[in-house]
Amino acid sequence: MTVSVIQFGGSNCDRDAVQALEEIGVGAELVWHEDGLPEDTSGVVFPGGFSYGDYLRAGAMAARSPIVEAVREAADDGTPMLGVCNGAQIGSESGLTPGAFTTNRSARFQCEHVHLRVENADTPWTAAYDEGEVIELPIAHGEGRFEVADERLAELEDADRILFRYCDEDGEVTEDANPNGSKHNVAGVLGERDSVAVLMPHPERAAFSDIGPTDGQGVLQGFSE
Amino acid sequence: MTAYTATVTVRLKRGVLDPEAETTQRQLERLGFDLADLRSADQFEIDVDASDADAAAERADEMAERLLANPTIHDYEIDVTERDA
Repeated sequence: MTVSVIQFGGSNCDRDAVQALEEIGVGAELVWHEDGLPEDTSGVVFPGGFSYGDYLRAGAMAARSPIVEAVREAADDGTPMLGVCNGAQIGSESGLTPGAFTTNRSARFQCEHVHLRVENADTPWTAAYDEGEVIELPIAHGEGRFEVADERLAELEDADRILFRYCDEDGEVTEDANPNGSKHNVAGVLGERDSVAVLMPHPERAAFSDIGPTDGQGVLQGFSE
Repeated sequence: MTAYTATVTVRLKRGVLDPEAETTQRQLERLGFDLADLRSADQFEIDVDASDADAAAERADEMAERLLANPTIHDYEIDVTERDA
């Protein structure tokens, strides 16, 4: 059982993702995007970073690379796929997940810890948590504002496809707790299947007890089944 | 075949927040300029050879759909002119 962590030029959270998965006992390896997706891959991570220098739009170039088509086919067959930060932007740019992640309301790169409320605990990525539970993860992005048409957002909410919302430490979803201006404080969403998910916060940066909180391990456990 | 330049202008849809444009506007106001609003857009000039202007526009349209614009947040328009080959 080996999860493929896809490296593009400019990926920079790829090794962290491999180490964090290994920390929870999930085998993982780096896969250079031009080498194609290994046939026996048990899961896919699009890691954070600045693939292709964020040219055009964050994630736009990587989303059109051939390996994404292979990932799409694998995901359609049920292979779990997680996109984190730049990986989330790749997920939305490729249409694997809905909406878009664009320039923060502040127009600045933001690197801080945020609180997230678990909106749907009935997915592989959130099964380790309870619905309504508050977890703490770091963010580090300049383009993390979730944008989607209002009617589409209503559809996503009705279909329980919102994974996490930014909230305060008590779990209240407020404007003050919204770091980047995301619509309805959305921090992570599901694709067509619940085995496909993206989020802007970094679970792999909150997975080692030696260096801080480990709230991110639960997200990564989506690969452990 | 005729030589054309297809100019693709990609804008944020109305109502989508544009923090970079807001920051730019604020800086212009700090410089003393008086302005009511400011919008930014990306523009791509694409040289293509095509049988006619419609064919050139169609090709540019596909480029916009597939890569240059993100339909979730963008509108775009295409203007085709002949160019000196």
